[in-house]
Amino acid sequence: MTDTAPAVVGDRNEHGYRSFRLGEFTFDRDEYFAHVAWPSGKDVLSIDAFLRALQRDVAWGFFYGVVNFDAVIGTVNHYGEVDLFAGSFNESYRGAGLDYVERFPHEDIHAAFQAILDDWTIEGFDPFAAPEETGSPWGDKQGSNTKAVTRRRVTAKRMVGVPGDEVPRSDATGHPVNRMFADVPQDEPDVEPEPGFEEEVCGFNLFAYLSRSDVTWNPSVVSVCEDSLYCPTTEEFILPIIHGNDRVEWFVQLSDQIEWVVADKETNALRARVTMKAGDVAAMPADIRHQGFSPKRSMLLVWENGSAALPRMIAEGRAPTYPVDF
Amino acid sequence: MTTYATRFGSLVDYEKGGVEIIDDDPRHYTFSNMFEVASGAVAWEKIAVAKNQEYVLEVIRAEGVSGWRSAAHDEFALVMDGTVVVELRSLTEPVVPAGTRGSIALAEQPDGRPMGRVVARRGHMALLPANAAHRFRADEPSVILLQTIAGADTVYRWSEICQTD
Ligand SMILES: [Fe+2]
Repeated sequence: MTDTAPAVVGDRNEHGYRSFRLGEFTFDRDEYFAHVAWPSGKDVLSIDAFLRALQRDVAWGFFYGVVNFDAVIGTVNHYGEVDLFAGSFNESYRGAGLDYVERFPHEDIHAAFQAILDDWTIEGFDPFAAPEETGSPWGDKQGSNTKAVTRRRVTAKRMVGVPGDEVPRSDATGHPVNRMFADVPQDEPDVEPEPGFEEEVCGFNLFAYLSRSDVTWNPSVVSVCEDSLYCPTTEEFILPIIHGNDRVEWFVQLSDQIEWVVADKETNALRARVTMKAGDVAAMPADIRHQGFSPKRSMLLVWENGSAALPRMIAEGRAPTYPVDF
Repeated sequence: MTTYATRFGSLVDYEKGGVEIIDDDPRHYTFSNMFEVASGAVAWEKIAVAKNQEYVLEVIRAEGVSGWRSAAHDEFALVMDGTVVVELRSLTEPVVPAGTRGSIALAEQPDGRPMGRVVARRGHMALLPANAAHRFRADEPSVILLQTIAGADTVYRWSEICQTD
């Protein structure tokens, strides 16, 4: 344990929840809200939104770049270390000199966030689920949902369906077809290897795989071409975080429709709205933040370049902020 | 209770969304629609619709029988419309020069053994394994989205396929 390791503060409060401290940040919850405070300020977030955001940040290992919980607080992944910030990506806070940031070893902030998530998520509420598909997060401490908040993230090494790699989803693996994807064909491709080539002649039904996802807004790796990662995900309701890119990220809308609100990464000034329908392809530049809205559960292929060198290359001007010059 | 209809796109039935600019340049979003791109493509052209450093996503209009190709790295073919038969053959010796990025066209059917085939319909993804040869067949016009690395045959026509205003 380092001196920034998370600590539980005091006894359970009158609602039954624990309070936490990480560095100079403190975290408290009551029946409706998460209260976050730091030496120069404080923030309040609806507990459903806070838990959904915290769940993504924990499950993704802080993802690529900035994960904004709201317009004030969030994390920046430095890949090994993680910043927890308040107001760093908010022009007003910065202008007033009220922005505040602390850097933690990845393991410490991950352990703290996981502990908060586990203590504050009550029985019946699944932060990964769409609001229509889960219970209420409100009220006094009542049980827990550790199984839901500690799901394993799928990361294929080569491709889902390759022998020894991640397996396709089915009723038998505990992944029934989602109610909004009941019409998605479930046939698998005809895979006909000659003897001895079973490890290389492979295929799977990606759309069926996605129709059986039990989580929303949770990109997971299904195929890998060096640093090129297919990270498809199923989306319903609102992306619980606002993602600030540290590299170009691409979206391929596989089904249905998502509206994206795009704002400046540093200032939060609105820049564009992007409507993506099935078959649309679009880039999210490296200098923006974006949040998606999906009225019906949809299939989104998030395409990432996982190269560890990219953030530095962009910062030093050796990789472009915009994906293509034309 | 609502009955939900999942909306996939196809060559004959797609709707394109778009970028509504508030304070930006639409080119920054490189916005295209793969079915529109494939509608205007010659069969087997490898048209980039997404690029991140050396990595690309190519849209391929699959129609008839393709030539044989091989790459030194894995590629992945996702069928977005129609039905595509992926035929794979092993190579007696590597045909792709070391260090080559992306796939290269082979002049003829390579020596080596048949490895098997994958019949992929919409939504199905097939592995095109490194250092094997593959060719596609599609009896009806179909669309492949290929996860690969930019190569000599990658086609770029951003200003034709992307929203510019
Ligand atoms: Fe994102």
